[in-house]
Parts: sequence; C-alpha cells; structure tokens
Amino acid sequence: MRGILKIAYKLLVNDKGKFAALLIGITFAVFLMIQMTSMFAGMMKKASATVTNTGSKVWVMDRSVTSVASSIPMPDFMQDATRSMKGVKFAVPLYLGAGLARLQDGTYQGVSVIGLDDSSLFGRPELIEGNIEDIYAENGFVFVQDAESPKLENPKMGTTFEINDNRGVIVGIAKVKASGLFGIPTLYTTFSRAIQYIPSLRSTVSYILIEPTSVDAIPGIKSEVAKLGYVAVTEDEFIDRITDFYMYHTGMGTNILIMTAISFIVGLSISAQTFYSFVLENLDRFGALKAMGAKGRELVYMLLFQAGITAIAGYGLGTGLCTVLILVAKLRVPDYASIITFGNLAMAFAMVLVIAAISSYIAVRRVLKIEPFDIFRS
Amino acid sequence: MNAIEARDLSKWFGEGETRTNAVQNVAFDARFQEMLFIVGPSGSGKTTLLSLISGILRPNQGTVKIKDQDIWSLSADKLADLRLNTVGFVFQDFHLFPKLTTIENVAVPLILKRCKWDQAINEAMQALEKVGLAQRAQLSPQKLSGGEQQRVAIARAIVSKPDILVLDEPTASLDGDTGRKIVEFVKRDILNAQRCIIIVTHDERISEFADRMVKMEDGKITNIEKGQAHA
Repeated sequence: MRGILKIAYKLLVNDKGKFAALLIGITFAVFLMIQMTSMFAGMMKKASATVTNTGSKVWVMDRSVTSVASSIPMPDFMQDATRSMKGVKFAVPLYLGAGLARLQDGTYQGVSVIGLDDSSLFGRPELIEGNIEDIYAENGFVFVQDAESPKLENPKMGTTFEINDNRGVIVGIAKVKASGLFGIPTLYTTFSRAIQYIPSLRSTVSYILIEPTSVDAIPGIKSEVAKLGYVAVTEDEFIDRITDFYMYHTGMGTNILIMTAISFIVGLSISAQTFYSFVLENLDRFGALKAMGAKGRELVYMLLFQAGITAIAGYGLGTGLCTVLILVAKLRVPDYASIITFGNLAMAFAMVLVIAAISSYIAVRRVLKIEPFDIFRS
Repeated sequence: MNAIEARDLSKWFGEGETRTNAVQNVAFDARFQEMLFIVGPSGSGKTTLLSLISGILRPNQGTVKIKDQDIWSLSADKLADLRLNTVGFVFQDFHLFPKLTTIENVAVPLILKRCKWDQAINEAMQALEKVGLAQRAQLSPQKLSGGEQQRVAIARAIVSKPDILVLDEPTASLDGDTGRKIVEFVKRDILNAQRCIIIVTHDERISEFADRMVKMEDGKITNIEKGQAHA
C-alpha cells in the first residue's frame, strides 16, 4: 500500500500548478478561519480581563449583568448577607466605575477605576513598582502599565493628576494578566476612595467577591444568593456569561461566524474545484489503473491520501501564516486583541477535514464511476 | 491448454429498440506463443471483444476462460487480481502518467501487486532495457516521442510478466514505419512460449506479423485464418 500512496503523492506534488492552487485555497481558508476566531478569542479575553485579573472564585451580581462593564450596583446589606452564608470563607465588595482624568496639557482621558476592599485589598494587581500599602495614602492610586499607558502620558511613581476634579497620586505601578477591551487606562484604588471620587447611586457595590471554604460549598452559596434575588457565578461561568453576551447579543459573534463560514466556503470551493479538475485530468489514467487491476478501494485510498496531504499541508501553512501575522501585529500594536487557542486550532482542523472530505468525495464518486472499458473506447 | 477460450460470447448495449449488438455469438481460442490479430473495420466490435476476453467488460452471454479459469465467474476483486497477474495492457493512447517519470510509469503494475518500491523500480529498469529505453528512465513520458511512449507502454505491460498481452490499435498513434517496427519488436522480443499476444488493429500494414487473424464484421467473426507469418 505504501507504494500506491507514494504514486499518489508523486502524482499530486508533481502537478505543481494544481498542488499550489489546492494549497493556496486551503491555506487561506485556514488562515481566515483561525484569524477570525482568534480575534474573537482575543476580544473575549479582553472583555473578561477584570474577572481574570481579580481572580475571585465566586462573583455575586445582579441578575441582569451581562458583562463586567455593565455592573448594576447592589445594596450594602448584600455584603453582610453573603458573609453570613454557610461555606463562605470571606466576602468583599468590588467597585467598578469610570472616571475622567485631566492630563497635564488640560485634555481629558477616560479611565477605568477599580475600587478594592479597604481592609483586604482582595483582587489587587501585581506591583512592579511601589508598595501596595501606599494605596491607603491620601489620593493614592495604582496605575496599570499596559498598552493603554501612553493615553495617561505614561505616569511615573508620584505623578499627580486630576480625576473627576479630585487630586490623584500614582503610588504604585502594576501589571495585569490581560488589559481591557475598550482601550482605556486602568487605575486601582480603595473601595471607599473610589465611591468618594466617582459619582455613584445610592447603592455602591458593583460585585461581591466570595472565597468559598471549598469547591463543594459553591452550589450552596449560589442557592442562598439566589434566594436574595441575585446571582452567584464562578469565575469560569462569569467568563462564559460575558462571552455569550458578546457572541449572541451583539453583532460581534454573528459577524465572526459569517466571516468564518465565508472562509470555509471559499476554501471548500477552491479546493473542491481544483481537486475535481485534478481528478478529471487524470481520469483516463485512473481508468487505465483499474483496467490493469487496481481495485476501486485502492483508488479511493489514493484520492483520500492526496486530499489528506493537501489538507494537512494547507492547515500547517495557514496556521503558520496566521501566527506570523499575529506576531507581527503584536509587535506593531502591543494590545492587538487576537489569541490562537487550542479550540480555534481544533475547529479549523475539523473544518479543513470537512473540506478534504467533501473535495475527495466528489472526486471519489467520479473515479469509481469510470469503467475501464471507457479507456479502450477513448 | 489455451491461453483464452471464448464461447458463445455476446455483448449488447441498450434494450428494446435502442439495443445495439456489439458482439454476437463469438467463439474462438487464443494460444500461447501466438500473435493473434483481431481485425475488421471500425465499429465491427473488435475493441468490445478485446474487453470481453481480457476481463474488463462483462458479457451478456457466453463464457471466457483464461488458462481454463472461467473469468466471469470470479468476484470483482478476484477478476482485478487476474488482470493484474495475467494480462498486460497496451492502450491505444498509452495512458501514461505525465507527472511520473518513465521508470515510475513502468513500475506501476508491480506497485499495484504490492512489490516494494525499490524492487519495482529495479524490475521496471529491466523492462525498459528490454524495450531499449533505459537511458530515458528518468524523463517524463511527455518528453518522449510517440514511438518511445508506445515502447514505455509495452514495458509497463510486460513488467509483471503477464501470460497474455493485449494491444489495442498499437499503430494508430504512430507513423507507418514506427508502427511496423513496434509490432516487429513485440513479435521478436516479447512473444515467447508462455505468452499469448492479442492485437486489435485495422492496420493492414502490420498483418505480416500475425500468426492467426480473427476477422470481424458487425459484431460477428466472419473468418479465422492463418496469418502471413504462417504463410
């Protein structure tokens, strides 16, 4: 069988024009499919940045919350109620809001302000400069250094600025796992300072972060929270909730799906058409092989092998091309929202296999139909 | 034992008013060490008969035995094996793979017989040497002349040492002199005591090489006579 497959391989790769056309078709289909889904994965990572960076195991929120940014303030008693629940090790409030920072040149820049629980500072970022205790100092803010830093003129330790007409001082520089989706700088401070500086409604708690005593305690906590008319979700569930929102309740998911489907159809069209014309061109020779004694299944193996080789090579090239493009883009745009996940790769591979299967199915049907007698008649 | 025995062989295409009788009640034998010509005008059923006796086209009626084996009682796989091991084909248009080298083309039947690649290539080279094209082994068939391509097709047909060699209009794509040389070469160097060669042709210029000639007209054998080689 190896010899037959070697012949199939040589027939394929020695037909340089068609092989190149097949590779280009599949490569670009894979490239586009991975690029689209990677962009979506990158944006979802950014959309869930606060959840990931905070690292709380359980989040309590209003039932209507669909994404981190759309928090709905909860009354203060919720904090006490959750603290007294069975299975809760500790529960702390988190404030999320937006402020306006006035820059040195007099212009304004929107900032995201995260207020951490005053006593525990739970969910604080990793500092690369400064001491976290300094956050308690008058007007103290910790600045997150990421791709958005230039928008606040790259503040240093001790830099002062105005935020909502209040004085702010940078007392720490931090780094986080992921920066936000909306391209604005992030400042951390204490919960009490945040609600003092940022105009708030009567209720001020955006989220309650819960550390359960064990994983087994989480269902009980969820149930207790639900009785109070709110919802408790794990970190992963919150990320899924955010992803679902962007996927199904904004145009983002639909557009990505359409683009991925178009990529698939383009790849399928090019490869199926080229592979079919490759088979048509060699049809009389396949018929001759049949006349000589090749069995139908051997010809099927040859075609499947050719389609498989093309699919795998195209998949590798497409993945490589996408990786290079994302790397280059990230060199130029550090905050470029695109990440290749195993899920993206698996999805693209599955779609390439479908392309190969459909292309070879059409070809196989044609080859199996040819009668060796037709070769004599030709 | 005859190489081929065909009895009461009929083949028709279509049914009812559209039915066309391609071969009707044909019976003949082909013997070893014999070059048998099947001749007749276009549309007389020569190629259909060739397909019937070589295990390619199933007859509507009658039997074909190759070395006493009723080939049309075999399963499709067994019949394919029989063709692979017993019959060598030289097609009118050669049907060589342009994307394989000449030697790889010749090795194809051996590869189909599951020979190892290197062994198949070695034996293909011997076959190419036999047809005088060893020096062209690494070229694409597209770079060969018509006569050379015909000889490559013959090398491919004989590489697995078949008992029966079938040539369909071997001179049709060649000029007269080249065609004559090819058939002369086949008669002189390919035919042997263990082999039967059947040539379908309507080229009378090569009839001098026939041991026997089966003449056909309208799907029927009109005459079986000794060829000029026996005259």
